[in-house]
Parts: sequence; C-alpha cells; structure tokens
Amino acid sequence: MRRIVADYPLVITALLLSIFGVAMVYSAGQTDTPTAVARVYRSQIVWLGIGIFGAYGISRSSVRFIEWVTLPAYVLSILLLAATLVVGSGAGTAASTKSWLAIGGVRIGQPSELAKLTVVLMLASILAGRKEPPRSLLDLWKPALVVGIPWLIIMMQPDLGTGIVFIGIFFGMLYWSGVSWPLLLLLGSPVVSLILSFSTGMWGAWFLVLLALILYYRPYLIEGIVLLAANIATGVVAPILWEKLAPYQQNRLKVFLDPSADPRASGYHVIQSKIAIGSGGLFGQGFTLGTQKRLAFLPEQHTDFIFAVLGEEMGFLGVTVALTLFLVLFLRITQIAGRANDSFSSLVAFGLMASWFVHVLVNVGMTLNLMPITGIPLPFFSYGGSFMLASWLAIGVLMRISGEGRGKAAFKAS
Amino acid sequence: MSFHPNDIARRTRLSSYGLGIGFVLLLSAFFRAQVLQTESYRKASEENRLREIPLPAPRGIIYDRKGQIIAENLPAYSVSITAPSLDSLRASLKLLQPTLQLTDYDINSAIRRYRRAPTRPTVVLPDASIDVISVLEEHRIDFPRLIIQSVPKRFYPDGPVVASFVGYTGEVTEAELNLPQYQGYKPGQIVGKGGLEKQYESILRGEEGQRFDEVDARGRPVRGAGERPDKNPVGAPPLKTNIDLDLQKFMAATFGDSLQGGAIALDPTNGAVIALYSNPSYDPNRFTGGIPLDYWKQLNTDPRRPLFNKVIQGTYPPGSTWKLATSVLGLEKGLVRMNTHMPITCSGGLQYGRRYFKCWEKKGHGSVDLAGAITHSCDVYFYQLGLKIGLSNLVAGGIDLDFDKKSGIDLPNEYKPRFPTRDVRAYYNRLFGANWSNSETLNLSIGQGANSQTVANMAKFYTALATEGTSSTPELVSKTPETKKVITLSAADFAGLRRAMAGVTSVGGTAASANIQGLVIAGKTGSAQNTENPNKDHAWFVGFAPAEKPTIVIAVFLEFGEHGYYAARVASKIIGRYLGFGGEAVVNTEGG
Repeated sequence: MRRIVADYPLVITALLLSIFGVAMVYSAGQTDTPTAVARVYRSQIVWLGIGIFGAYGISRSSVRFIEWVTLPAYVLSILLLAATLVVGSGAGTAASTKSWLAIGGVRIGQPSELAKLTVVLMLASILAGRKEPPRSLLDLWKPALVVGIPWLIIMMQPDLGTGIVFIGIFFGMLYWSGVSWPLLLLLGSPVVSLILSFSTGMWGAWFLVLLALILYYRPYLIEGIVLLAANIATGVVAPILWEKLAPYQQNRLKVFLDPSADPRASGYHVIQSKIAIGSGGLFGQGFTLGTQKRLAFLPEQHTDFIFAVLGEEMGFLGVTVALTLFLVLFLRITQIAGRANDSFSSLVAFGLMASWFVHVLVNVGMTLNLMPITGIPLPFFSYGGSFMLASWLAIGVLMRISGEGRGKAAFKAS
Repeated sequence: MSFHPNDIARRTRLSSYGLGIGFVLLLSAFFRAQVLQTESYRKASEENRLREIPLPAPRGIIYDRKGQIIAENLPAYSVSITAPSLDSLRASLKLLQPTLQLTDYDINSAIRRYRRAPTRPTVVLPDASIDVISVLEEHRIDFPRLIIQSVPKRFYPDGPVVASFVGYTGEVTEAELNLPQYQGYKPGQIVGKGGLEKQYESILRGEEGQRFDEVDARGRPVRGAGERPDKNPVGAPPLKTNIDLDLQKFMAATFGDSLQGGAIALDPTNGAVIALYSNPSYDPNRFTGGIPLDYWKQLNTDPRRPLFNKVIQGTYPPGSTWKLATSVLGLEKGLVRMNTHMPITCSGGLQYGRRYFKCWEKKGHGSVDLAGAITHSCDVYFYQLGLKIGLSNLVAGGIDLDFDKKSGIDLPNEYKPRFPTRDVRAYYNRLFGANWSNSETLNLSIGQGANSQTVANMAKFYTALATEGTSSTPELVSKTPETKKVITLSAADFAGLRRAMAGVTSVGGTAASANIQGLVIAGKTGSAQNTENPNKDHAWFVGFAPAEKPTIVIAVFLEFGEHGYYAARVASKIIGRYLGFGGEAVVNTEGG
C-alpha cells in the first residue's frame, strides 16, 4: 500500500468550516429565553469528533474497499429509506413528514443522509463501468434508476429538499462523466416544463426552444418523441400534481414566489431570516448577540436557518469568510476529482462536491429568499448528528481518493 | 466515461468557473442585503423587538383668574396588556379577571380597545386602585405582558361646579379619529370631550412620550429599555381663564338642588366670562377613564338634562328681556324718546285686527312713557312701538344687534339662536305659509314669536347696554376683547335706559325683590312661554351692576321659574357677592 500524505488543504478547510459551524450552533442556543437548543452544541461536538474519527478510519482503507461496499451500502440505504415510509416520523417544521427513522419513538437518524452518500457511490460505480459517456437518453436508464429509486421514496416521505439534492447529484455526475450539455438539457427538459407549466406562454416558448434543441442534437426518433411527450405531460400534469402537494409544500412554493403573501405563517420564516441577515450589516451585531435570534424571531435558528444567525452576528464579513471557505473546499474537491487515479474515484469526488454545492446553494439562498424553503441543512453548520457524521465520512473518502490520486506535486491549495 | 486528461482538465476548469459564478452571485446578494439595504433591515429588526409604550403627557392645568385650580392631574395607575392576538388577549383577560375583578363591561371595553389599536398596549383598567396594583406587582412574574404605568389622571377639584364650562376628557373615539382636527391622534389617547377641554385641546394635550421595551417574538418583555432612547412626555402649558372660581362656586350654590337653568356673568368691558353655570350639573371626574355605565344612563334619562348646557345650548324665547332691543331700535330710528307715550294707554291689552293682545298685567299700566314701559314691562307699549318700527325694521335691527348669530363664546357646541332672516316675507312664508299676519310684529316686539336666544347671547347684548353700545364676545380664556359697536345712541338715551332698567329692581319695578341696599342693579326681567307646561313659564333676568359704571353683566335663566323676579333674585345674589355686598339680597316683600 502506498503511503498516504494527508490532503491538508482539504482537511483544514473542512475543519475550519466545522469549527465555525459548531460555534454558530453554540450561538444559536444563546437566546434570551433559554430553550433546549442551548445545549445542542455539545452533542454537535461529539458528532464532529465521531465524524473526524470515522474519516480517519476511512482514509486508512482503500478506494477498492469503498467500491466493494458500494452495492451493499446502496441496497441497505434503500431499505432504510423504504422503512421510513412505514415507521418514519417527522421533526421540526415538517412534523407531518416521515424522513426520520424512529424506533420506539426515539429518532435515530435520517436515512436520506446516508442515501446521499451511497447514491453518489453507486452512481459513480455505474458510470465508471462505461467505456464511453452516455450518448443518448436510452443510455441513461441505469444511472436514472440508481437515483430514481431513492428519489421516489424521498419524494413520498415527502422531503422536497433532499429530492433536489439527488437531482443535483445526478446532473453533476453525468456532467463529470462527459455527458454533453445538450443531452443534459434535454434530460432536464421535463422538469423545466413542469416549472413553466404554470404560465402557458412561458411553457410555449420553452417548447419551441426544446424543438430547436432536438433538431440541433438529433436524438433517435423514439427519444425525441418520448422527450416531447414527457414535456407535454409534465406541462399538463403539473397543475394536477400541484393539487397533490401537501398544503405546507404548496405554501412554501407560493411563499417563495411572494414571501409577503402570508407574513405570519410560511412567509414569516423568510422575512425574519432576511431581517436578521440584513440587520447584520458589514460587521454584524457580534457573536451570540443577534437580537433576531436572541428574541426568537428567527425560526429553526440552529438547523435550517443557521446561516441567518451567522449573517446577523458576523455580518457581511462573516458571510464572506464562510462562503469563501466553501468555495475553497469545492475547488479543492474538484481538483481532487480531476487528479483522481481512476474514474470511480473521480466521479465519487465530484458527486460529493455536487451534493454539498446544492446544499450550500439552496440553504444559503433560502435564507435570502433566493431559493424556496425546502429544509435542506447547511453542511458542517446545521445542527444534526447524521449529517455531520455523513459529511465527515465523505471527507474521509475524499482524503483517500486524494491520497491515491496522481501528481502529488500539485498538492497545493488552489 | 470519458476520462481523457484533456477532457478532465476542461471539465475541472468549467466546474471551477461555475463554482466561482455561484459564489459571486450569492455573495453579491448578501452584499445587497447587508451593506446596501442594511438600514431598512435594521429598522425592521428594531420594529420587531422594540415595543413602543406610550407615555401620556399631563394635560395643561386650568386656572381661574386668581390662580385657583379648575382642572389638574393626579397620578393614577393604569393596567394594560400587550397581546400578539385577540385570542391571546382574551386568554390573558380570563387569567386576570379574578385578580383585577374585571366586569364583563371592562373586558368588552378592553377587547374594543385592542381592535382599534392592536399594536398599542391595551388598557384594561385605566384607573386601578392601589390594592389591585400591589396584588399585581406580587404576581408580576406570572403576567409578563402586563404593563403597570403611572399615568396622569384628570381631576377637577370642584367637579360639578365647573363642568358647565370645563367639560370633561375621555378616550378619543373612532369617529373623532376620522376628523381632520384629530389628525396625528392615536387610538387610546385622551382628548377633551366638551367645554374648555375640547375647545383648547390643541393647547391642553401636551406631547405624548414613548418608552421602548425590548420584547421577544412572543411579545414578552426582555429588558426595560431598548437601544432607542425614551422620549419623555412633554406636559402642556397651563391655561389661565377669566373665570372667578369663587363666584362660580357661589353661582352653583345659589342654584342649589332645586333650581333648574343656567347663568352667565360677564365683564362688560372685555367680555371675560366671570362665571358660567348650568344646573343640574354632572361630575366630570366620573368621566375620566371611561364613564360608568349606570352613571351615563342616569345622566341621559334625567328629565332635567344635566348634560345639556342651558347657557350655550338651550335657546329660549327671550321674552321681556328683549324689550330693550325694541327700545334701542325705536330710539335709534328716532321714533320714540325716553319720555314718549304711546297713543293707546294700557288697559291690560291691545286689540289688533281681530285679535286681542294681552298685557301681562291684567289691570293695565295706564299711560306710561318708554322708561315706565321698561320698568313695568308694559306689553301694550311695546306692541305699539313694534308696529311703529315695522316688522322688517325690527328684524333687520335685531340682526344688526347679532340676535341671529351665536355669541361666539370660546366653547364648543354652542347652539345658534332662532331669529328671522332679513328677507322677512320669505322667512315667515316659509314658517307659516302665506297666511301670516302682521301680528308677528307684536309678538316679536315683546321677545316672543320666531325668536329664541341662548343665555350667553342675551348677556352679550346687555354688554352693549352696559358700555354705551359696544358688545363684547364672551371669552373664557382670551384677554383681548372682541368688541363691536352695535348700538348708536346718545349718552342721554343710554342713561335713560339705565335708569329705566334700574327701576326694574327698585320699588315698583318688576323685580323689586332683587334690590340690594346701596347698589343699583340695572336689568330686565322676562318670562318665556313654556311649551311643556303653559302654567310654568321660564324665567329670565338679564342685567348689570353697578348701573352707572357696570363691572358685571349677568344673565340668569330658570326653567319653570314662572316669573322673572325669581331669576332676578338669583342674579342679584350673584352680583351682590361679586361686588362685595355680602352675597345676600335684601328681599323686598313688596316685589311683583
């Protein structure tokens, strides 16, 4: 076995983010009327410790071992996900959903966190097995199935946020495997149709663009027909699906479009979050001193809206530092993916990065109402044991991939 | 997958650009919110957590002419609640009900107040007793949203004595808030509801202050004071009035419980209101902090109408007190002199057309001159004088003497007197149709007919008689008199009128019983037909003293007073008191 040199830029960035995150979880508990949140930073530290320990362990194993456990791990996570539909329970703002696995009323974790990791591995394994990147939509049935099964289960929980992450992973990894842009666009076209179906004019315009794309890309005839049919279907089916959405999901989407529509209910979260961030100004109100958080105006301040606490207390400066750390981390992982020894490792690295990128984009964007509220946690920041553990296990995988990668001379911070 | 190093390098590059673009977009959104728009968010954050607690300003103290207090402020405790929702308020009220001993009425008022101004603390008890406050202070921790505040409470030491002109205060109503003069008022604020309190509201109100309490998302106070500095209330400046509180008290006492009516005393030189009283009165102190329902009901069902100001709102036929106006018009036109006799002597009445117009004195007055007609109030004389003047001149003259206008006293809700318009024919046509006769001239000349005056307006007219022609607008506050030359007569004629009026209160006059030893009171009695009870006329006396150099003009009106000399006795008591004659009228049993 080759001697592994620790990827310091990767580990140090992840460690800085985690410390920053734990500090914010601590601050989130500092409210004028103390709640149980005041103590959660301790268990967050414990989970961080376990995560670092796990990451070290994984970094001592080998990529081949990881590849070997991919299938069983994937199957296990699917089973656990399926179990949530039967014995799952909700938490926080989504108390009516079933994303938590609970035994005897004690919530032990969210299998979807594990699934994010195993789906990346499984997808990497499938895509790496191909000699050529998929050239047609028909070539994509296997990867689509790998993501589609857990995605469907998650949408049945329902957990819109995690569903979005899976879509991000799917498209990110297809892109990294060399699938051409137009094909990705065609693949994504039904989703675009779905979104645009609420405006007939917009949908019509999109349909014309789609036709032009098909003429340019010239897929198989049957693909083209399926694609058009799918677009029409989602465009027509969308309103019916809308009716099927849970009221709180409908509300969240509606509030995304117009947060002031319902200021006391769903819009309240976003408005309070924006007030917290905006009032932070350049330098913030000071660590633990944010009034929006202290006086409980900010909802879910230790989980979904932890970035608003950061914005309020550390100001634009703190936001810049946090986002820069994420950028450095993502660039580093992209580099690792580029230098990886084999296509599996490369795809795993990029897939993990894509997953976190979607998390950061949606979570941070949501605090400023740039994205709908979906309950996606912020990696390394949001309080949550399984997510912290999963994130650090992923760091361990990345450490391993980086260690096995080529061109050690390039091991420099980007 | 395509794993050629060149492809990988290209995808790495593209991905890095993508990440960089995402980073810049996110960061610029934060830059916009946190740097460019931070002010408005900071404000929103403050509005979130800083709850404004209004600090009412003490109203201006009202003094009489000698610096005695008419209206002041006492410290009181108000109990209010800040409630995030109506349901929360209801729940809190239910919790507080046993401690505060809230009635259903209190609870409904609190709910009404909340509906009007949900963001302001809802007043539950505007004036809580010290017992209630001490109990609440003990349980402070159980009621975090409760605000116990020391607030100024309006107090009128002489209560009912001053109510007629000072009015009372109360919470501004929704209807009032829609009026332009209440712009800038907030629901729950205290405003003047009548009298001086209303008239001088803009001076008396002061400037409300604010305290900012920091509250959490559930509206529970966290710290007493927020970052925003408190704004202390600014008390209003005192209001000095022309009222002589001693005389006012005496006037009220003179009316006592039995007499019903009103009186006003003016300084003839500048119109200063020395005293103004309407009986029965009410206690304005009980209006402070919400009128108790039973008291309100009692006031409104009392047939003597305590809330109706008989000095500025009641309009009554001036009766014989108006004969001075007829006299003035006759003299001004040169139709009569003080010693002119009329062709028909008084034998108890006058046949005019098909109607016989009675004189109040059935025996008749015989042949009297103008002076005698005034002294003895001979109707027959004035019928003839009125016919001489003619209806249109009588009306036009009356209008020139301001009998068609309000007195202009600085009090709200003064009623307009009833008087014909200059276009006499059109006016009476409107009143009676085409079938009216010239007998209206006779009615008008003795102060009956289409003529109803307020007590204040009659007093105003007599200021002109007292000052050789210059009438002064009654003023409670202003020191600068608003005067108008309304009568142009020779000094001799004025002297003649004064002598004739002095005769009224002398032996043989209609109000001889009102005589005071050593003081000459000039005046005129009157009785007004009572539509409610024909056997019980209303009684008038309007006059001034001392006759030669008047310092006080007084008008007294007694509902169901039957005869003017009753009113004259009241007037003479008040005059005597004011001019230092012991306040006791020397009753002359001969009077009549």
